Amino acid sequence: MVMAESAQHQLSHTEQRAAKRPAPSRRRRTWAHIKRYKALYIMMVPALAYVAVYKYGPMYGLLIAFKNYNLGLGILASQWADPWYRHFSEFFSSPYAGQLLTNTLLISVYKLVIGTVAAIVVALLFNECRTNWFRRTVQTVSYMPHFLSWVIVYGVCVALLSQSTGVLNNFLSDTFGFTVPFLNSTDWFRTVLVTSDVWKDIGWGAIIYLAAMVGINQDLYEAARMDGAGRLRQIWSITLPGIRNVIILLLVLKIGGILDAGFDQIFVFLNPQVYSVGDIIDTWVYRAGLVDLNYSQAAAVGLFKSVIGFVLMVTVNRMARRWDGQVW
Amino acid sequence: MFDGIVVVALIVIGLFALVPLLVVVAASLTPYSEVLANGGYVLFPTSFTLEGYIAMWNTTRIPQAMLVSTFVTVVGTALNMILSTGIAWPLSRKEMPGRTFILLALVFTTVFNAGIIPTYLIVKNTGLLNSIWAMIIPSALSVFNVFIMKTFFEGLPSELSESARLDGAGEVRLLLRIIFPLAVPVLLTIGLFYAVANWNTFFAAIFYVRDASLQPLQVVLRDLLTSNPDAAFDPDEVTPALTLRMAAVVITALPMIVVYPFIQKHFQKGVLIGSVKS
Repeated sequence: MVMAESAQHQLSHTEQRAAKRPAPSRRRRTWAHIKRYKALYIMMVPALAYVAVYKYGPMYGLLIAFKNYNLGLGILASQWADPWYRHFSEFFSSPYAGQLLTNTLLISVYKLVIGTVAAIVVALLFNECRTNWFRRTVQTVSYMPHFLSWVIVYGVCVALLSQSTGVLNNFLSDTFGFTVPFLNSTDWFRTVLVTSDVWKDIGWGAIIYLAAMVGINQDLYEAARMDGAGRLRQIWSITLPGIRNVIILLLVLKIGGILDAGFDQIFVFLNPQVYSVGDIIDTWVYRAGLVDLNYSQAAAVGLFKSVIGFVLMVTVNRMARRWDGQVW
Repeated sequence: MFDGIVVVALIVIGLFALVPLLVVVAASLTPYSEVLANGGYVLFPTSFTLEGYIAMWNTTRIPQAMLVSTFVTVVGTALNMILSTGIAWPLSRKEMPGRTFILLALVFTTVFNAGIIPTYLIVKNTGLLNSIWAMIIPSALSVFNVFIMKTFFEGLPSELSESARLDGAGEVRLLLRIIFPLAVPVLLTIGLFYAVANWNTFFAAIFYVRDASLQPLQVVLRDLLTSNPDAAFDPDEVTPALTLRMAAVVITALPMIVVYPFIQKHFQKGVLIGSVKS
């Protein structure tokens, strides 16, 4: 408080001094303005250099998607592909393109829908829980898996689901006399991906919805109770509409990354037995580029993915803005 | 009635989060012989041993990998924080010329990403391939974290910086003496987010590092987990015994579980600030 007051006092003091000086030319004023912030610009240099080299640098490297990249020649000297879209058309006419796109989209949509619904349900439960210490304890426990790496989560899945040693299969074989190859079978792979994804992020995902629910005007609930609405009815007519904007916002953010499908997780869980259902664009790009050294083709597919993501992001964002005021 | 259902559902959710972790801890303490006798792990082992931890320490690359991961976490997080505060503070100063342009340039990197291969080529061309710095420098800054910090700084009263400047403090002094003490909560939160990411580093190592002695914990752990998957019934086969694998999982997760209570105190606010604005 004291500091703020003295700040105001001194501010008026300088204003008086400034008023006495003749006004300098506009250009000189701009320069003086920029010079005044010299220290701030110098502070930003390391971060800006990083962004320029490691974020914008790769955008220049995208040229190789249109060239026949030769490691020895480098990006500029490598021959242009003929025709320029060769690596794109080769990918799309290959037999795996359809499968990669299907896998990517299916896994992504499952995760998006199930993950969002689960997070909203959990947030609703937290919001409805009247016992504070109990709610906080469950919240604390449910956030924790978010901070574990996917390798650890894979280790957890091995302990639970491994066909020969997992707890679940041990139980199944003792009780029913059969086991299920959860981690290596095409029937189960996507289920395991989605379930472990929900396990890792269910509590974390609920945070934002819960915060939005806390911000809803309590008078609305009071009025609804007067009208005889039960708890379920209040959830349906007040809580859910109250967080509609947040739901839309998060969906928009996630749709931009719909072709990512959770590369980090899938890369760790994937094995050759489940390529047919689990191989996604990014895991294929990794193998084509960094394992088989087919840089140009891999970069072309990566570029395709990034462009779609960018277009989706911009489009959906615009649509969300238009829908916002409308009735659901 | 309704409250009862809520409580039961929350108990189920709590158990859903907790039980898998307890299974891993139990498995890491179960003697290998008991695992074999049962035909797998059980939820409630009858005997306990530390043999898994001892074998992990003596026969695997885990100790070396721990050194690597610790280095990456300490040095990486320090670099992350220097770069992030270095840009978040100037960007929070609305009157700074050029601010909008830099903000746009940063936002663009979050919606368009060149992809795995061109990034690999840059890392290669900047000479980081196969060095410990490949796990530190390419991830030196998270734009998302910068925006969380910037939003926090914007919330501080602007009279503070005005008065400090008039008292003759330079921009650096202002940042270190006045802003940092006020920003401790957000600096801690972001620092811990970065530390978690550095400790969990996996892809940078897979992509850019070949040398076995430079592999971080997550990579060594994955090698242990995927070596002869589902085929460990041979009693003569000692490494990597099942118990040892789970001991390695616990050791890798331990630092996260230890720092978790400290992060937990702050992250709710941090995440909210960041998400509301961007």
